[in-house]
Amino acid sequence: MLKAEHLTYIYGAGTPFERRALDDISFSVQAGEIAGLIGHTGSGKSTLAQHLNALLKPLSGRVLLDGTDIWDKKDARNARFQVGLVFQYPEYQLFEETVYKDIAFGVKNKGVDEADGKRRQPTESELDISVYSAMDFVHLPRELADKSPFELSGGQKRRAAIAGVIAMMPKVLILDEPTAGLDPQGRREILGHIKAYRDATGASVVLISHSMDEVARLADSITVLSEGKTAMSGTPRAVFGRADELEALHLSVPAFTKVFRLLREMGVDIDDGCYTAEAAEAELLRVKSAVSRGAGEETC
Amino acid sequence: MLKDITLGQFFPGNSPLHRMDPRFKIVLVMVYIVVLFVAKGIYAYALIAAFNALAMALSRIRVRLLLRGLRPMLFIVLFTAILNMIYVSGEHVLVSFWVITITWEGVYAAAYMVARIVLLISATLLLTYTTSPIMLTDAIERLLGPLKKIRVPVHEFAMMMTIALRFIPTLIEETDKIMSAQKARGADFESGNIFRRAKALVPLLIPLFVSAFRRADELALAMECRCYHGGEGRTRMRVLHAARIDFLALAVCAVWFGGVITLGILL
Ligand SMILES: Nc1ncnc2c1ncn2[C@@H]1O[C@H](COP(=O)(O)OP(=O)(O)OP(=O)(O)O)[C@@H](O)[C@H]1O
Ligand SMILES: [Mg+2]
Repeated sequence: MLKAEHLTYIYGAGTPFERRALDDISFSVQAGEIAGLIGHTGSGKSTLAQHLNALLKPLSGRVLLDGTDIWDKKDARNARFQVGLVFQYPEYQLFEETVYKDIAFGVKNKGVDEADGKRRQPTESELDISVYSAMDFVHLPRELADKSPFELSGGQKRRAAIAGVIAMMPKVLILDEPTAGLDPQGRREILGHIKAYRDATGASVVLISHSMDEVARLADSITVLSEGKTAMSGTPRAVFGRADELEALHLSVPAFTKVFRLLREMGVDIDDGCYTAEAAEAELLRVKSAVSRGAGEETC
Repeated sequence: MLKDITLGQFFPGNSPLHRMDPRFKIVLVMVYIVVLFVAKGIYAYALIAAFNALAMALSRIRVRLLLRGLRPMLFIVLFTAILNMIYVSGEHVLVSFWVITITWEGVYAAAYMVARIVLLISATLLLTYTTSPIMLTDAIERLLGPLKKIRVPVHEFAMMMTIALRFIPTLIEETDKIMSAQKARGADFESGNIFRRAKALVPLLIPLFVSAFRRADELALAMECRCYHGGEGRTRMRVLHAARIDFLALAVCAVWFGGVITLGILL
């Protein structure tokens, strides 16, 4: 689906402020997959995200979308409609008079593909459908459509901004720390909306986050960046199994994994590969019944 | 694109030029400019150029960066050169076609003008490259200090300048970020005629203004919370001290500039 090969990028090349932000990074996400991208502050996550939708051009390496290099065609702008990127703190990019118009901005820019390969402006009813279904995805009440985006609350602004990208119906949706600065309930809801978008459209999602628990709950695969290099990648189970290495990179493991590892160190025969609430519950029940069975045998 | 703005940018370092007292640097640059305009004759200019080269070498800033700072001025330099060549009249005609006559005098005048502009800009660039904006405003406030006596709000001006300078990089960074975010939604800043381009700036400028006002508000509040009330009775954390290196520089410059002026008079 979307694949990055050996990307290297240097900020401020040729000045004393040179900074190698990406160093030979490869990354890929399959159709319908949620890929987690984690790493310490400054590890290059946002830089990588901007390469995936052709906002930054790599110094070396390439980005393939469905097998074609996104810089091959002369209009790299096309890639931006296929790969939607929601920036860190996206609420600061709102600018229109109404929420509706702001969400429609991307849709209008994208246009509608005609059968003869031409582009045209979307009709009003097409715009309505795109905008309102995007608002529904992020549970933004339709009454807000005619309000000024600057009158919304912080969480609502965030939703409006995410809706502005979802409305373009990208095949790959990249979200750069979509839950930063929200309360726990707001976080859970936003993550739910993202999952709903994936389930409804079969799109791929790249989720950038600082929170291990978030990534653990959603991601099918995880890539860990460190100092612009890929430090680990694999299934959540495989990555979280290397807790010591994660800690060396100033990252933690999900809370459940932490507790279960402690239990294991205390001598409980438990699988410490659990990282979601459901898996943890099932494992605890299994251990509990095993322990009570063991105790029953002794009394006999 | 925005990253190319290097005019007035500071490159941290620890060269003798970086260590000098900014007040001395400002005064010396001003004297240098005066000398530049007083200087006459090729030898005087050669002496100034040599001085310039020495200062550049002492600053340990890569030549490529210095040249890049000069690039935005290329147009002005070329324009002045051509105007001088065409309009300065003289007796020794070099070439003449149609209504244009280029004389040796014109070429000389153009060469002097170019040398003058390049030497002027490179010295001021060197000042801003080796002095942090905060030091620069500090020094200006101190140099203009006497004006406080006649009720010129020097401190307020310096504070405004400090804040403005402080926020230039922040605003550039923010512009970059918002631009990328709007590009991610398909905004197109690069094609179309001038009206389309101006219209395309709306999604960039509105968020930028909104955030600039928000920042200004927050900054004002934060300053009041820390009881800021202007410059009266305020002491400084960083006090500027003139050191041996500054007097040494002063002496070298005095001799050098004296040399330039004498050369101009003698020859
Ligand atoms: N516009 C820029 N100009 C210069 N350097 C930059 C720029 N953006 C990022 N960098 C540098 O590149 C490196 C990677 O930055 P990036 O924003 O990709 O990190 P990140 O992993 O997203 O961090 P965070 O978790 O804090 O968002 C950092 O060291 C940063 O200082
Ligand atoms: Mg980031």
